[in-house]
Amino acid sequence: MIPGQFDYHAPTTVQEAVQLLQEHGDEAKVLAGGHSLVPLMRLRLAAPSVLVDINRIPELRGINRTNGTVTIGATTTHATIERSEVLKRVLPMLPAAATVIGDPMVRNRGTFGGSLAHADPAGDWPAVALALNAEMRIVGPDGERTVPAGEFFVDLLTSAVEPGELLTHVSIPVPGGNVGMSYQKFGHPASGYAVTGVAAIVTLYENNYCLDCSIAITGAGTKATRATETENALRNQTLDEATMAQAAEQAGTGIDFLGDIYASEEYRQQLVKVYTKRALLAALHAANEGQSAEAQKTL
Amino acid sequence: MATTHPITVTVNGKTHHNEVEPRLLLVHYIRDTLGLTGTHIGCNTSQCGACTIILDGEAVKSCTLFAVQANGSEALTIEGLAHDGQLHPLQQGFWEEHGLQCGYCTPGMIMSAYDLLQHNPDPSEPEIRHALEGNLCRCTGYQNIVKSVQHAARLMKSESLPDQGYETQEGHRPALVEGPEAVPSS
Repeated sequence: MIPGQFDYHAPTTVQEAVQLLQEHGDEAKVLAGGHSLVPLMRLRLAAPSVLVDINRIPELRGINRTNGTVTIGATTTHATIERSEVLKRVLPMLPAAATVIGDPMVRNRGTFGGSLAHADPAGDWPAVALALNAEMRIVGPDGERTVPAGEFFVDLLTSAVEPGELLTHVSIPVPGGNVGMSYQKFGHPASGYAVTGVAAIVTLYENNYCLDCSIAITGAGTKATRATETENALRNQTLDEATMAQAAEQAGTGIDFLGDIYASEEYRQQLVKVYTKRALLAALHAANEGQSAEAQKTL
Repeated sequence: MATTHPITVTVNGKTHHNEVEPRLLLVHYIRDTLGLTGTHIGCNTSQCGACTIILDGEAVKSCTLFAVQANGSEALTIEGLAHDGQLHPLQQGFWEEHGLQCGYCTPGMIMSAYDLLQHNPDPSEPEIRHALEGNLCRCTGYQNIVKSVQHAARLMKSESLPDQGYETQEGHRPALVEGPEAVPSS
């Protein structure tokens, strides 16, 4: 299928991009990796009359670590995250999650920021960003604002990025202490999208005592959601399989579940429990194995 | 009417200058504008990988990019692999190990495998399968495709090929049996 006609702009600065987006308003779409947008345009489910290609803005690409924060530019590809040695050391859930996104060609072009801004309910990054307490930097005509991940995913395919605005960077605090993290996903066997994906982070004191934990779920409902009840049930507890399995029973609370021909609502409710338990077990194991050795040093 | 854009793209070592409509997909540019029909269109939904090419060193689905996005880039398509009538080790691998039946997915399979072997010259079987996740084959069941890539990896290792310098070692590969001369690389 041939996409509809559009005007194409390839700005080289953020200011230029925002100006173009402002000028064209609802008519314009941002083109990052294009691996969600271009298929939609080919099916004519999307027909923007203006595309603003942000791939030629150098400052939007790359991974930077300063003190306790990692900043990822919006057009950084999944493949770059997958191969990043810095991330493997300090935020190992990111490269691990990247390897289960799409396929190699999708990862070579698809972008971190594009995926987040698209807010696909079956995307992998929303759960990871939520669990890690990421902060999204959004630039608009009135300047810059920062939105925490908890307020970024508004609804199905709707993020906090307004028309005329551009998501430029995502900042992620590197968790300190004895931390383990894991992303566990049940992917659709054909598309690879998350039917359910769970990102879990545990911070331990001695003998598996849980100082803090953070759990976020994607795929199951209309938007990525924190499993607050499960988190509360595990804080200040000694983690073992039974405790985590019991807490995981509440992981679906607050999710507006979706159902489709492949996976019914009931099935997704069950997947959320099972994958929350698996992600917690894997995170606990990782913490015990000293997965995030460098993060421990910051204690 | 959307305005056209001038683009410069180097494909298989040859630089092309064209005026393109923004909505022209890269795969249509390659097939229709440049006449390089070795790159196939399969599903048209970014899933099957038949349209895979190497763009600036990375495997991409050319049906999911606009030609304007490739402005200033270097592309390698299946036509750019063979040199002087000698098949690339990957092409030879698919030949020797019966890595294709209908052949429709083959150009994409080979270009994805090319990307893999660039980064990982000695991949394990699971690594090969993971790397070919984005390429669908409805004939072979993938067994012989994996063997073909392993065959190519062995060939490339034994010949310790410096990237594309595989025109040495005469007689180790069957000559092209049909079709026009491969597009020269530069």
